[in-house]
Amino acid sequence: MRETKYWTWHMAAGVVIFFLLGLHMLIMHVGGITHLFAPHGGEATSKVNSLYRDGSLFFLTTYVLLLGVALYHGLYGLRTILFELTLKPAVEKAVSVVLLVAGLGLFGLGAWAAFATHAIAIAGARG
Amino acid sequence: MAEIKRHDNRLGLWGWLGGGRWGIERYAYILHRLTGLGILLYFLMHVVVTSLRARGIYLWVEGGVFHQPMFKFGEFLVFAAFAYHALNGVRLVLVELGLAVGKPIEPVYPYKTSLGVQRPLLIAMMILAAILLAAGGYNFLSLAK
Amino acid sequence: MPAEINFHVTRYNPECDQAPYVKTYRVPVREGMTVLDGLHYIKDNLDSSLAWRYSCRMGVCGSCGMLLNGRATLACNTQILHIATTDLTVGPLPNFDIIRDLVPDLLTMFEKHVAVKPYIVRADEAELDDPAGEFYQSPEELGAYLQFTYCIKCGCCMAACPTLATDARYSGPMPLAAAQRYNADTRDDGRRARNQLTGSSHGAFRCHYAGECSRVCPKGVDPAKAIQYLKRQLVLDYLHLARRKKPCAKMHGPGQGKPLANITPAPAKTV
Repeated sequence: MRETKYWTWHMAAGVVIFFLLGLHMLIMHVGGITHLFAPHGGEATSKVNSLYRDGSLFFLTTYVLLLGVALYHGLYGLRTILFELTLKPAVEKAVSVVLLVAGLGLFGLGAWAAFATHAIAIAGARG
Repeated sequence: MAEIKRHDNRLGLWGWLGGGRWGIERYAYILHRLTGLGILLYFLMHVVVTSLRARGIYLWVEGGVFHQPMFKFGEFLVFAAFAYHALNGVRLVLVELGLAVGKPIEPVYPYKTSLGVQRPLLIAMMILAAILLAAGGYNFLSLAK
Repeated sequence: MPAEINFHVTRYNPECDQAPYVKTYRVPVREGMTVLDGLHYIKDNLDSSLAWRYSCRMGVCGSCGMLLNGRATLACNTQILHIATTDLTVGPLPNFDIIRDLVPDLLTMFEKHVAVKPYIVRADEAELDDPAGEFYQSPEELGAYLQFTYCIKCGCCMAACPTLATDARYSGPMPLAAAQRYNADTRDDGRRARNQLTGSSHGAFRCHYAGECSRVCPKGVDPAKAIQYLKRQLVLDYLHLARRKKPCAKMHGPGQGKPLANITPAPAKTV
């Protein structure tokens, strides 16, 4: 039943990603039409607009949440594809461990960056 | 009893991608897989590149290495992959939880399958993906000007 | 006026061939002739060494599953002129080892079938072994699994499944549809035992609804639908959201039931 647990959360993560990454994409890739969360004008990806979002508690929370669920959804998806290649059980185990370590490492890096930039943005806003 | 020699006739990766007399859901499955792998590859690099901003390095803004039309087009492709993967994913969540495949029926020839039950959902999702793609394309072209 | 069709048939003799090869035969075809008839023509007139498996000739036994023009189906209920005008490729079902020519080794499928416990599982085993009564089941309850009982184990779904093309350990559409057939049976109480296998890393979650199994099934069983029901039940069981139902109870012993008023009594026993 372990796979049932993994798969259930894979689906749940997909639903969360649908909304959060959907918002991210509307800001970043349809920004020319939506002009969402880019108060300084120009490209949504510009440094000032990035810093504006980094300073917001809403974006700090959703970035970290999206980072976690997207890493889980993506790496479990990759694991699924690799497991369908009739690997040896020892290789399957190794794949799981490597993906888990990679996922935790990237989550640590991304979460640290989100918190650090949040602090920089707030300090910048205070002058 | 002597062991009889057999020939392994497993199709291998060609069995995932193999074209021919397959149905539309087969292609949807292949594309879901390919777009998923593409998005994941981008996402893993994206986490590293955007994390550099904590050290004040913004590689994607004007003057940065990733602020070139080639990368902008690459990002549009990622957006296109997302549009497909997300909307096809909505269909898959509904189908794979048994919510969009109909009820069991008595098989009377000509047989009807659950593929026909979920087909309108597939078509609706692909229309939505096309609309999203058009919006992303318009955005990409307006930025490229 | 019979048409001549080129049959491109996969040949493989384990005693002398390193790998399968394709041999072409010209077969005169009349309207209504099935691929099985064409293979008989080849064996009777052109090449007596050709081997394939068949039995009933009418889509019931599930022996003659083959890959015809790239599509897994039964040779006996496929008319040649419906799928070919000049050329027809005839190969063994893929995703199974080839024993000889068009004969696949279906043993792997049957082993996976047995593994899902394709039979009624109940705590009162004595009742199953030596029945002393009848279980009550309504027509609606029958309808929940009837479709999945029509499976003839021909292996066409297994040959069309993209996951099985690479994952030798995946249970596959036929065994998983059989698991759902029994899970949905109100007489059965074995779902949680089957969940151990259907919910494992090579169980139902390796299905991604490419839909090929349902498309090729010659009996309209729709294994893809059965697998999605399995997944939903697995998730509900994991989240403890499934209602715990007892298997249906025994109604009465043989001969103790009350016949309906408008049913004429059975004739007297003659033996």
